[in-house]
Amino acid sequence: MPTLIRRLMFYAVTAFVAISMNFFLPHMMPGNPVQAMLAAAGPSLDHRAVAALQAQFGVGTGQSLMSQYWSYWINLLHGDLGISISHSPDTVTTVIGSSLWWTVVLVGTATVLSFIIGTLVGTIVGWRRGSVLDQVLPTATFFQAIPYFFLATVFLYFFAEQLHWFPADFKGYDTNNYVIGWNPGFIGSAVQHAILPALTIVVSSVAGWIVGMRNMMVTTMDEDYVLVAQAKGLPNRRVIYYAARNAVLPSISGFANALSFVVAGSLLTELVFSYPGLGNLLLSAVTNVDYPLIQGIFLIITFAVLAANLLADTVYVLLDPRTRQEA
Amino acid sequence: MLRVLKSPKIALGLGLFLFFTLIAIIGPSIAPYSDPLKLVGTPWQHPSGKFLLGTTQQGQDVYSQLLIGTRPTLVISLISGVIATVLSVVIGVSAGFFGGIGDNLLSMLANVFLVLPALPFLIVINSYLPAGGKSNSTLLAVIISLTGWAWGARVLRAQTLSMRKRDFVDAARISGERSWRIIIFEVVPNLVPVIASSFVFTVLYAMGTYVALAFIGAIDPNAPWSWGSMLFWAQSNTAAQVGGWYWFAAPGICVALLGTSLVLLNFGIDEFINPRLRAAGLSRKGLKAAGVRSSNTLGLTPVVRKTPVPAATILEETV
Repeated sequence: MPTLIRRLMFYAVTAFVAISMNFFLPHMMPGNPVQAMLAAAGPSLDHRAVAALQAQFGVGTGQSLMSQYWSYWINLLHGDLGISISHSPDTVTTVIGSSLWWTVVLVGTATVLSFIIGTLVGTIVGWRRGSVLDQVLPTATFFQAIPYFFLATVFLYFFAEQLHWFPADFKGYDTNNYVIGWNPGFIGSAVQHAILPALTIVVSSVAGWIVGMRNMMVTTMDEDYVLVAQAKGLPNRRVIYYAARNAVLPSISGFANALSFVVAGSLLTELVFSYPGLGNLLLSAVTNVDYPLIQGIFLIITFAVLAANLLADTVYVLLDPRTRQEA
Repeated sequence: MLRVLKSPKIALGLGLFLFFTLIAIIGPSIAPYSDPLKLVGTPWQHPSGKFLLGTTQQGQDVYSQLLIGTRPTLVISLISGVIATVLSVVIGVSAGFFGGIGDNLLSMLANVFLVLPALPFLIVINSYLPAGGKSNSTLLAVIISLTGWAWGARVLRAQTLSMRKRDFVDAARISGERSWRIIIFEVVPNLVPVIASSFVFTVLYAMGTYVALAFIGAIDPNAPWSWGSMLFWAQSNTAAQVGGWYWFAAPGICVALLGTSLVLLNFGIDEFINPRLRAAGLSRKGLKAAGVRSSNTLGLTPVVRKTPVPAATILEETV
């Protein structure tokens, strides 16, 4: 399938750009931030960790920039992202590994839910254009404009602190009574703690899907083939299905753009709920000036976003026969 | 253009936006206390006549903080929007107009920036900045605009591509106009609605991003003092949990309102570009008044006329 192969090559280029920027950015900044970080954190680290960090960022080793870049790639391909300063002596890979799945499950589920709900609502609102349902749009607009973290705080305040529907101590799960693993107690507790953060992400992001789908639906309904389908006397449900199947395509190809916003919002949502995911880890890394960890998290988030985009591309190819015909 | 102002969405959006612009201009001079960090009362006072929006955990006036914080929030978002829009016009239009390998490279660049998760990328860049850089407004606006130009560039490139082969562009080319002149005087004026829509969208993006960066403390939370600063300090003092909800709610609601005003403006511009959306905006009652009797909204774009005409005529014309 040439479409998918082309996309795959594009994602490879994007990953290459992200990895290279990750390496060159600290070298381009004024005032040598890495040296400052080592000077600040040096006394609390043992000499092996300092040596490893110096090698990673090429401080005081006398190597040329290109050979540093080369060894950065070699390390990366071995899955070695260096040592986390704030979690020393743990490596960045270990630290990220313990929070990655929290974020992937939370943000993944919430995004898929939001997309499905938004597309369904958008289809109906678009189909019934000019009716009372059009009032959904301004409401959705307002929710779209509210910052994620603000909505998160409001939810936390009302549903957890005031109404006590959900636990107010957000650590991802009940840390006192359960251990992480495939046991019903832990899973139940984790789900209970994830509902509010997930609700925040869904409510904040659903409006974009609704508006996009509705506008596309309105445009698609004017197409001749929809009129023909109607004229042939097909039941309304079939006509809506045909129109919606075509109208949903821009939503899927616009997935990449939307995902960037969802990721940004989720990072902030995690901060408000003290959720043990990548967002919180990234912010604590920023506070502790832990460059290896910041770089590692940026790379992992980028890879996750690229994977999600590839998935959306695959769905697009499955839905739109025209992309397959090129072959 | 005046016709567009009649749309309630645009009127509301424009009104809200002008209101916040006014606050940004006169805010610092009408604020009761000119220093947002000055301790003026006892901590955690609820909103009252003396402190309209209450006081913070240290006893600062939330109302003054809000008024003073409006200007940097709006100015940085606007500067960012201008820079990003200029970038997207230059890159998008020249890529679409000239085509070839340059187009391929520029499109690739835009797509890479679209896919890269923007906020984590900005956090990474900001974490390397020296302390002075983290409170430099212009620098912040430039950095934010780096991640905000790609979407506009892509849309503008597509529009330019469709315009490149139009007759009036060919005519200009044949009459010997130079490329840059064709771009500035023939192509860009036709792209103005798209550019406007992309500008409004970028300002919205820049505001959200700026507030978010301040909120998580990736930039200096005190200088310049903005709505993001208020949210940062309210969050780090767990204002919502200890009953100081007004400290958090005031800037949050302002961000949401300013954001809504920008989205409404964008809706209006969209309806201006795509008349289908505009006609669809009519209520059933409005359609009836305009002479369109539609039991089913399918298959035709209702046409609004000054004098009511029988629906049958419209059907004949449209189908």
